[in-house]
Parts: sequence; structure tokens; C-alpha cells
Amino acid sequence: MAKNNQQDSKNLIDWVDARFPLSSNLKAHVTEYYAPKNFNFWYFFGALATLILVLQILTGIFLTMNYKPDAALAFASVEYIMRDVSWGRLIRYMHSTGASMFFVVIYLHMFRGLMYGSYKTPRELIWLFGVGIFLVLMGEAFFGYLLPWGQMSYWGAQVIINLFTSIPFIGPDISLWLRGDYTVSDATLNRFFAFHVIALPLVLLGLVVSHLIALHEVGSNNPDGVEIKKHKDPKTHIPLDGIPFHPYYTVKDLMGVSVFLIVFSAIIFFAPEMGGYFLEANNFIPADPLKTPAHIAPVWYFTPYYSILRAVPPIFNSQFPGVAAMGLSVVIFAFLPWLDRSPVRSIRYRGSLYKKWLAAFVLSFIVLGYLGTEPSNVWGQFASSTPLIGGADRATIVARFFSLVYFSFFALMPWYTKKDKTKPVPERVTA
Amino acid sequence: MANQEVDQSKRKFLIAATSVAGGVAAAAVAVPFVTSMLPSERAKAAGAPVEAEISKIEPGSMITVEWRGKPVWIVNRSQAMLDALASHDDKLSDPKLEVISQQPDYCVNPSRAIKPNIMVLVGICTHLGCSPSPKLQTGGDMGADWTGGFFCPCHGSKFDLAGRVFSGSPAPINLVVPPHKYISDSVVLIGADDKGVA
Repeated sequence: MAKNNQQDSKNLIDWVDARFPLSSNLKAHVTEYYAPKNFNFWYFFGALATLILVLQILTGIFLTMNYKPDAALAFASVEYIMRDVSWGRLIRYMHSTGASMFFVVIYLHMFRGLMYGSYKTPRELIWLFGVGIFLVLMGEAFFGYLLPWGQMSYWGAQVIINLFTSIPFIGPDISLWLRGDYTVSDATLNRFFAFHVIALPLVLLGLVVSHLIALHEVGSNNPDGVEIKKHKDPKTHIPLDGIPFHPYYTVKDLMGVSVFLIVFSAIIFFAPEMGGYFLEANNFIPADPLKTPAHIAPVWYFTPYYSILRAVPPIFNSQFPGVAAMGLSVVIFAFLPWLDRSPVRSIRYRGSLYKKWLAAFVLSFIVLGYLGTEPSNVWGQFASSTPLIGGADRATIVARFFSLVYFSFFALMPWYTKKDKTKPVPERVTA
Repeated sequence: MANQEVDQSKRKFLIAATSVAGGVAAAAVAVPFVTSMLPSERAKAAGAPVEAEISKIEPGSMITVEWRGKPVWIVNRSQAMLDALASHDDKLSDPKLEVISQQPDYCVNPSRAIKPNIMVLVGICTHLGCSPSPKLQTGGDMGADWTGGFFCPCHGSKFDLAGRVFSGSPAPINLVVPPHKYISDSVVLIGADDKGVA
């Protein structure tokens, strides 16, 4: 009997394989995808990002079943989900917490790339697809944040759309086209809903698939930054330092998923608003086009770039330099593979210069992120007797300094990565 | 047929011609989609002028009315406030109102108004579109040398009681004075003037 069942399932698989490359794809991407055996803590976040993507799509589908993309109904429909729909509160908090956790995980995933040089040749395209994913994700977060139609939704959208106005010549028309009205209105809400639930998710899925296909073509990097394909078993042609993704990393990732879900659940159950960092208090007030809240700040994951925007003073009566700096601070990640001239990938074999610059970059990212959540007078002003900066907001000057550090990390990279004294890289991965 | 040479130049020409024709068609198809995102006829028609009753505004206070979905402030400035306007030209970016798009030509005067005491302003910061908070009184949390005006909570732009921006603010130009006219002594029409509806 058992033998017959085995035979039957084999026949079924053969039948499918003759019509669709099921087994070969499973082998290529799962059971015989050889990943380096020395993955550490930092290698959990790719799988976790995929998990959150699935969670966001799933919870998003169920939210659209009760949400109304109409300026007159949107705010109330979100409150309806929160109060009257069975488990609606949980589903909404999963979605809102998922948005913030997505950025936590993606930032850690990107930091891993910076540490181990995962963007360096031949993985430039993986990195570029990743930057694309990051940009689309920012779009998703921005469009999604308008949907509850609270005060922060409204004024956040107002400010961000007006950023485009400062683009010389075509700016005002672009803003009008994006809004579909002369102010942020029902038309804007309706189209942001379309972008958020269908247009950008499709692009995002396409980019994620491309990211993975590119990764599986060249193979994963690892904490040592050595190419495991250089040393293969002469008979099987399997990398000596590689282990099949399934079962080794599926099981390891499951353990990462478990820890992540504990944290994720704790936030959903005990602190879904995260003290105003994940859901801002002002967003529980319906949008009022006539009154801006006394303190507006973007959600935490946008604040480093927002700080850069605020730090750049207007030049020739134009806000455009600040807007351009903010745009550049995000897009500049795409140039990393060509800015880094170091002969080694991993931070383990780099010299002290890169380590110092990376630390300075992380510090500036955190300080700018913090300052972006606060009003610019949070640290008071310099005494008016101080030369050059007398009377200026302390926080603004600090933000200017760290914006400079942020951009220097990239701009000076060709110089300091070339000059840096690297250590010899081992032939094989270390334990 | 089978052993006839392929005419590469003819083939190249056909590929190029097909690509160009296809590209033109794709661009043409994109037009209705892109255009559909511009303001609809209904949105364009919604910008009708609004009337505001001003006789009940006490000197030194203001009201807010909605015009085209935007806040419009009407401030009844006291004589002291008007006197203070002339005192800080050196701290302003554009005290002489040189940017012509920021007010109708009948408001290019020291008080930026038709009737000197009644200030009509679009309450939207010219920086990134937040609505500044009125800080009409002198001093207070704005510091001892504050002579009254507006403060934008988003990025800290400061304006005086004529909506003129103080130097060093992120806002590039003064607050906008909308087209308006007086229907009677106590009613102002916002969004239209003697030249017609804006």
C-alpha cells in the first residue's frame, strides 16, 4: 500500500514536471540552493521582510473589506474597523505595526549589506532591485498614511505633495496632477487608495521576485565576504562551504520568525501606538483642512530624511535645494556599488577607516532620525553673542552637521575605501 | 524562398518603423490616463467665491473662512498693530512686495489691504502648505521682540501681521493675498474682484 502511494505521488509529480518546471524550480531555489554555511544573526532580516510583506498583503486585503476611500467616510470607517468589526482592531494594528516593523527589518537588512559589502560586484543588481524595493516601500508607507484621513494624514500629505512644487518650472503642475485638486481632497484620497492597494504592491512584488532571482543567480554573500563558488567539490560541483537552503536555513529562519513574532505580538497587544512613534496622537483627530496641528512630524522611518530637508536653508528664495538633498539622501544608496573601491567586501577584513565612517554614518542616521521627530527648537537657541551661529536653533546646526556626515559617508567613500589598509581575506569561510 | 538571402537593411528598417509606430501609439494611449489624474471638471467648478461678514470681528482678532478648501484669514488689525508694521522692514525678506504673484496689484501698499485695517490672507504657508498658527499679540511664547503675526508649526516660518515673511524663514515668499472686494462695508467677497472671478 505504502509503496503504491509513493508510486502514485511520483507519477503525479512526473505528470506536473512534464508540463511545468516544478521540481527543477524547487531544487534551484530551495532544496539545492546552496547558501554559505556561516550566516549569522544579520541574515534573518531578508526572510523576515518577506514574512512582513505577506502579512501586510493579508491584513491589507481584510482592511479593504471595511475601509471606505472617501473623504467623508474614511475616518469613520477606520474607527468602525477598530470598534465594531470583529477582530478589526487586531487586523488594523497588525497592519500599522507591520508598516513600522517593515522599516525596522529593512533598515537592518540594508545595514547588513553595508557591513558585509553585499552590494559589491557581482551583486550590484541585487542591491539596485533592493533600493527599488526601498523606494516603493516608502511610497507605500506615504500613500497608506493618508488613508485614515486624520490630521497627520492630511497635513503630512499636504507637505510631501508640496515638496514637488519647489521643483523649478514644472513643480506646481506636478503637485496639481498628483493631488487631482487644488488642495488635498477626496480626489487625492481616492487615488492614494488606488496606489496603495494595487499599483505599488504589484510593482513591489515584481521587484521582490527580481531581487530573489538575481540573488539566486549569483549566490548569497556571507559575513566573510568570500565567494563560496570558488571552491566546489570536484565530483558534485557543490560549493564546499555551501549548505542547501532547505532544510538548513528554512529551519534557522523559522527560529528567527518565532522570535520576531514574539516581539511583533507584544507591540500589537501592549503598545500598538508605540508612544506616538508608530501611530501619532494627532491622527486620531479627523482631517481638518483649515487647521494644522501645532506639531507635525513624519512617522519615525522618514525622520532622518525629513531632518535633512529641514537642515538645508532656502537658497535664492527657493526650497528646492532642501528637497533635492532629501531626495538625494535616499537615492544615493543606489550608487554604493560604484562608490566603494575597497578590494574586500566584509567589514571583518576592512581597515579602521571604513569602520569609523560606517559608525559615523549610523550615528548621523540615528541623530537625524531623532531630530526629525522633534520641533527644530527642541534644544533651544545659541546665545545671540555666539559668532556665526548666534541665535540659530541648536538642533538645526546639529542637523546640518550630521547631514554633512551623512553625505560625506557616500561622497568620500571612493577615497577612504581605497586608502584603507585591508587585511588578507581567507580562501574559505571561517567558522 | 528558403535559400534566399535575408535583406538585413530592409529588416532593420521594418523593426525601427514598427518600434516607432508602437511607441507613438503607447504614448498616445498614455495621454487619457495621465490626463484623468488632473483636477476634474467638478473640482474646477468648486472654486466659487465666498462671502464673509466682517463687521463682528473685534479689532485685534480674526476669523477663518474656507475658500477652495483652503483657510482664508480675515484679521481686523488695531491701530497699534498697523503702526508696528512699518517698524521691522529690515527683518523681512520682501518688505516692498516685489513678488507680484503674492497679492493683487490693489494690495501693493504698506498694509497689503484694501481697507488698511482688514487683512485678507490665504492661511497656507508658502513653504510646504501647512496652515500657520496666529500669534497676533506681541511678545508671549514668540519672544520679547515679536510684534504680532503668524508662526508655521511645521518648519518654523514667521510672518508679520501683513503676512510678510521674516528673513531666515524657510518660506520663500510672503503669504498670499487672495483676490477680494467689498460688496458692502461689512461683507467681503473672497475669490473675485473687479477683474472677475479668480
